[in-house]
Amino acid sequence: MKKIWIIFLGILAAVVVFPILFLIVGSFMGKNELTGLIQPVLDTNARGYASWKLIPEYPTLRSYVELLLDSLEFFVMFWNSVKLTGGILMGQFLVGVPAAWGFAKFEFPGRKFLFTVYIAMMMMPFQVMMLSNYLVLDSLSLLDTLSGIILPAIFSTFPVFIMYRFFAGIPEAVLGAARLDGAGELRLFFQIALPLGSPGIISAMVLGFLEYWNMIEQPMAFLKTKELWPLSLYLSNITMEKAGVSFAASVIVLLPALLVFMAGQDYLEQGIIASAMKE
Amino acid sequence: MKKHKSYKGILFIVPSFVGVLVFWLVPYMDVIRRSFFSAVTGEFTGIKNYETIFKNQAFLLAGANTLRFFGICIPILVLLSLTIAVLLTRQKKYMQGLKTMFLLPMAIPVVSVVLLWRLLFHSHGLLNHLLDILSVSSIDWMNTGASFYVLVVSYLWRNLGYDIVLWVAGITSIPEVLYEAARVDGAGEWKCFTSITLPNLLPSLFTIVVLSLLNGFKVFREAYLVAGDYPQEKMYLLQHLFNNWYRDLAVDKMSAAAVVTGTVILILILGLQRAWVKEDKI
Repeated sequence: MKKIWIIFLGILAAVVVFPILFLIVGSFMGKNELTGLIQPVLDTNARGYASWKLIPEYPTLRSYVELLLDSLEFFVMFWNSVKLTGGILMGQFLVGVPAAWGFAKFEFPGRKFLFTVYIAMMMMPFQVMMLSNYLVLDSLSLLDTLSGIILPAIFSTFPVFIMYRFFAGIPEAVLGAARLDGAGELRLFFQIALPLGSPGIISAMVLGFLEYWNMIEQPMAFLKTKELWPLSLYLSNITMEKAGVSFAASVIVLLPALLVFMAGQDYLEQGIIASAMKE
Repeated sequence: MKKHKSYKGILFIVPSFVGVLVFWLVPYMDVIRRSFFSAVTGEFTGIKNYETIFKNQAFLLAGANTLRFFGICIPILVLLSLTIAVLLTRQKKYMQGLKTMFLLPMAIPVVSVVLLWRLLFHSHGLLNHLLDILSVSSIDWMNTGASFYVLVVSYLWRNLGYDIVLWVAGITSIPEVLYEAARVDGAGEWKCFTSITLPNLLPSLFTIVVLSLLNGFKVFREAYLVAGDYPQEKMYLLQHLFNNWYRDLAVDKMSAAAVVTGTVILILILGLQRAWVKEDKI
């Protein structure tokens, strides 16, 4: 009985992971092989169905070479993605970490109310905030700039909530003892909060990276200039006609996210669990 | 030990709160105000904007699709992830590896799967090929009501791991003693599951449902990247509508719809909070 379940889970997991395999295989295929496989999708008059292989017949790096040599646009977009994601995460770190600490370890009037506001904000999907986002960017003349995407995201309340969960777990006694020894609040923050809360900070950053590397709604709405677009909007260049290059591009977009995932999986799981804990 | 009572805490929060005010709270208040005014003349119009959107076919369609999407997807996702989580916790040896595999889609950028999704759901694509092998007649995924299931598949695929992690955390936090005691009393595995595991997981259920709901709004990304601005009718979601209104800068409609959507979500949060409070009493 137990064996059956393992096999069942294994098959299901394989189906779930299949897309990554699919992309990697496709990116190493030669032009002819690829076109042959997906011909029924390319040609509206063709009969039959597209098919796929588990291993390319003649593995080649040509698609990658073509992408890297021909497409300046791809580099620009890659760089934009790096700037967006990096800027947002850095800002969230600078602003969010102290805020989470303030909520987790201090008692002052209005704390509860403020924190509820933070949670409510964190729950709002983009469509609810789209117009307000537009209005504020318009009045600050930030439309069609990278800062216009970065700044609102820095003040997203979600990372504050995640880091709050971890900070709250630091025992009060540690802080009390340090205060008795005459340590100031800033020193507590740098010498206790940052080191002991670092798993929470990393969790928030890993979740944030996966989110912002994949950012679509905001740049689509607020960036008119194509030169500012991040890779997540590279879509218009992903076509079946240039399938090989498209596959290579898909894999390259995927790689940074995959690396962060692999390196930070434990933190990612902790972050997910923290997102579900009650206040 | 009690929390430190000090106004200094506010100083830590100030930079963040100023930003939240400027970029989120104040503009949203402004949107609430605008929802009661005419966008053209600036006159106070009461609930006229709300009447307009509730008569608007596109809003009703997008709203209905979004609700239908959640109504179908969330139960499937929650039950499927629970089943997998329960099975996983019994396979200690393989648990970590399998969990990684289920979680992986979360890391895959939407733009990377566009190609696959198009090949998969094309009328001459891979999925129909599979159906053909199984001697099932092919389905025109992108141009019929079946397009809705493209969303369902995307959503389940991407969010399964997230929910599994949450369930596994819930299951492993149940004290082993409870099971040992029950087994001594002669309870079978199924009995243990229904009278220990399930009741103890009930608190997790509420949070998992809400998080699944919030993650659900992101399915627009797949919908948009696969089908563009004007997808098949069954795939038309609230975000598509907002994008179209945004293009025309229909501020009055957008503000009213943003308030309605926000309110619905807020009501859900309050319901959840009540569930949290109840759980504390136990």
